[in-house]
Amino acid sequence: MIRPILEVDALERRFDVSAPWLNRVLERKPRRTLRAVDGVDFDIPPGQTLALVGESGCGKSTIAKLVTGLHPPSGGAIRFNGDPRKMQMIFQDPYASLNPRWRVGRIVAEPLRTLHPETPEAQVTARVEELLCTVGLSGADAAKYPHEFSGGQRQRISIARALAGEPEFLVCDEPTSALDVSVQAQVLNLMKRLQREMGLTYLFISHDLSVVRHMADVIAVMYLGRIVEIQPTRDLFANPLHPYTRMLLDTIPDLENPRRDRAPMGGEVPSPVSPPPGCSFHPRCPLAFDRCKAERPERNPRIHDRRVACFAATGNTLEAAHV
Amino acid sequence: MTDTVLDVRALRVEFPTRRGVLTAVDEISLTIGKGEILGVVGESGAGKSMTGMAILGLLEPPGRIAAGEIRLSGDRIDNLTEQQMQTIRGRRIGAIFQDPLTSLNPLFKVGDQLVETIRLHSSLTRAQARARALDLMREVGIPAVEERIDNYPHQFSGGMRQRIVIALALCAEPELIIADEPTTALDVSIQAQITALLKRLCRDRGTAVMLVTHDMGVIAETADRVAVMYAGRLAELGTVEDVVRRPQHPYTAGLMGSIPSLRHDESELQMIPGSMPRLGAIPAGCAFNPRCTQAGPKCRRDIPRTDGAGAACWLALTGETV
Repeated sequence: MIRPILEVDALERRFDVSAPWLNRVLERKPRRTLRAVDGVDFDIPPGQTLALVGESGCGKSTIAKLVTGLHPPSGGAIRFNGDPRKMQMIFQDPYASLNPRWRVGRIVAEPLRTLHPETPEAQVTARVEELLCTVGLSGADAAKYPHEFSGGQRQRISIARALAGEPEFLVCDEPTSALDVSVQAQVLNLMKRLQREMGLTYLFISHDLSVVRHMADVIAVMYLGRIVEIQPTRDLFANPLHPYTRMLLDTIPDLENPRRDRAPMGGEVPSPVSPPPGCSFHPRCPLAFDRCKAERPERNPRIHDRRVACFAATGNTLEAAHV
Repeated sequence: MTDTVLDVRALRVEFPTRRGVLTAVDEISLTIGKGEILGVVGESGAGKSMTGMAILGLLEPPGRIAAGEIRLSGDRIDNLTEQQMQTIRGRRIGAIFQDPLTSLNPLFKVGDQLVETIRLHSSLTRAQARARALDLMREVGIPAVEERIDNYPHQFSGGMRQRIVIALALCAEPELIIADEPTTALDVSIQAQITALLKRLCRDRGTAVMLVTHDMGVIAETADRVAVMYAGRLAELGTVEDVVRRPQHPYTAGLMGSIPSLRHDESELQMIPGSMPRLGAIPAGCAFNPRCTQAGPKCRRDIPRTDGAGAACWLALTGETV
């Protein structure tokens, strides 16, 4: 068995969202904690893409920040089996993630200068030019400022910067959400080509299931800080196990088979500060029974090979309901 | 035709700048009938929101309507004064914008905002207006309206806030609603709830809806007809079925191909090379010609136009290589 490049085990991150001290004393407000990430585990083998999907507030971006060390975890472990300098991140907003006062050449060279300060200047310039060409820009663009580029081109600059440190592992947090579809296609194709050519490993975070289907080898579906289902991409789309995954797949508009008469799923994601007891999805779940309200389902090795955290998915209940 | 609610003819929106006049909307013609949802799609900067703003009379100066006509149920509204336009906005045309938090006043209870809007457009008393506000909130699917009416916007979730905005737009029972990216800030499951609500209101009340979005999936499931915009011009206009399944314009075809599929595997996504030209640098002839694989000399010389239906493409218009 190949050793995974990233192993995440029982990862937790809590945030203190209590009212200020004075309000707590005067108004007797309790301390409150938000469990943004609540016992998450997954592995990523080298050269593969694992995608985290879920709606806003499910904790997927917090995981990106925990993995890259921007937040310390409150519990659990993250093991990166490689040189920590070989990990880079691509952010969502190409307008906010590039310094507007720096020329593109300096932006792309920054990881190089930080990680290998001994590199001669001529070599840095040559490498920047090479990187810009790799991502489909030209060497002459190094002299320009970020505002001279469109959103898609800026995201290419972000990718060039991430590649400057010769990374093995990239954390991509919604890299194409701010882009138009035709530009998104260009960036996704570029990311796939780079992965093929350089053997990169991606942790890919997105709310868009069609993008995730195109990019990922394995998909982990998150709901309120937990992974409710994790499956190889093909299996997840062919046979979704968790009712929440089913709901997500059912609600995304499908261009090839538009359902104009759809009855939308009711309800909303509850507040992560006070999640429902038991399975946090039970108030919206069509299959929920008493046990779901009292006990929290875990991903069990005996049930679908640890692929799903759902009591209804044991045995054949869910298959029967689907057929 | 009496059923036409909105009739836009050869609308042209210009922005005079120091470097010359930029044309943000270039001879757009479209109609929306009673109870019809027209989707307007395009990438950022294509002029879709600008078209909506021009109809609402909310163009930011120095932007101006330079040519063309806008008619609302037969009445011309593009040449009205700001004061006259104020009696149309809200009363005859409702607007729903992308971000529900900025569309609502954070300092007032949602009920007060609804009551104020209702009383502005009718002669109801405060109590009658409040009863009507409760009805509207119920209609857009807000639970426990008796309590929620006295909540502030920050006490609602994103999806519920957008419902309040829709209720606000419905206050005066407008003939036309312009919804500019109404679901873009929302999660998929909430997005489906909001589009279903829009569709139901449109069907039940016969309101005409102009749905501006960049999301083809939303259009495919919500709109009746769709207008595809590119660089301020109309690239293609037709029924959703035709435009999605049998796109005539190479740009529309490229746009459809670049959306990752939910059903089959593609090793590469189809790409349109390059990017949409900036307003100051629109090429001669068809605006799409530098990115089009089938462009001929005529495409580089003359601007193709579509008038109400079909593709603005010389290839589709003449049926031969040009």
